Amino acid sequence: MSNIKKFLYVNRKAPYGTIYALESLEVVLIGAAFDQDVSLAFLDDGVFQLTKGQDTGAIGVKNFSPTFRALGDYDVTKLFVERESLEERGLSEGDLQEIVYEDEDDDWAEKPSIKIVSRAEMADIMSGQDVVLSF
Amino acid sequence: MSEGPYTHQAADTAYHFVKSALAKGHEVPRVFFYHDGVNVSSRLSVPPQDERHIQKNWSELAQEHGIDLVVCIAAAQRRGLLDANEAERQGKDANNIAEGFRISGLGQLIEMGIQTDRLVTFGD
Repeated sequence: MSNIKKFLYVNRKAPYGTIYALESLEVVLIGAAFDQDVSLAFLDDGVFQLTKGQDTGAIGVKNFSPTFRALGDYDVTKLFVERESLEERGLSEGDLQEIVYEDEDDDWAEKPSIKIVSRAEMADIMSGQDVVLSF
Repeated sequence: MSEGPYTHQAADTAYHFVKSALAKGHEVPRVFFYHDGVNVSSRLSVPPQDERHIQKNWSELAQEHGIDLVVCIAAAQRRGLLDANEAERQGKDANNIAEGFRISGLGQLIEMGIQTDRLVTFGD
């Protein structure tokens, strides 16, 4: 396919409190059908979207965090998380869900989708995109 | 355009940006309304007479320049915005989408990202 563009979905907000995170994920899932080169970026409070053990029972809002683990089935396999944003919030990689995909080019080996990158690397990732959608 | 009208400046900024881009000779094929931005499309909005009418501004601009104003169906339904077809399908007794707007899916946003030179977001 000749017309493939690099799409980056930038997630900057906490998963609950506002609807941005959920409606961002809805765009990602619909967008996956268009066979583009898709990446997700998580920075600022957006890093909380990927934390494990989310329990929304007490606020009466749907916990949509398990959906991130299905992204591999949609060929969405590049989730970049900014290290500085994690550290500023007292988080580390171990606080995040394990999200994997099966690499069809490597005998369907399971590989991690999350990659921790520095702020400088995140800037490079952003500048290399064709389309950046910010949530 | 992803923020609610009157609450947030994004609907106004996007409107002035589109007008200026058109005046400079650019093409603006579509504006996609998402998050609380879908509320721009309600034809039941009645702002005070000495204030700008955001929905009417968009409807007129779209008609004048042939811009496709698309309202995300999932975001719209959560927030009580229905066109006549959806109102009937959902068994609701009213609809409220203004002239010049149409309800459709998120694919309409992705499609613009693929087809256009620039996709510009207005919101936080």
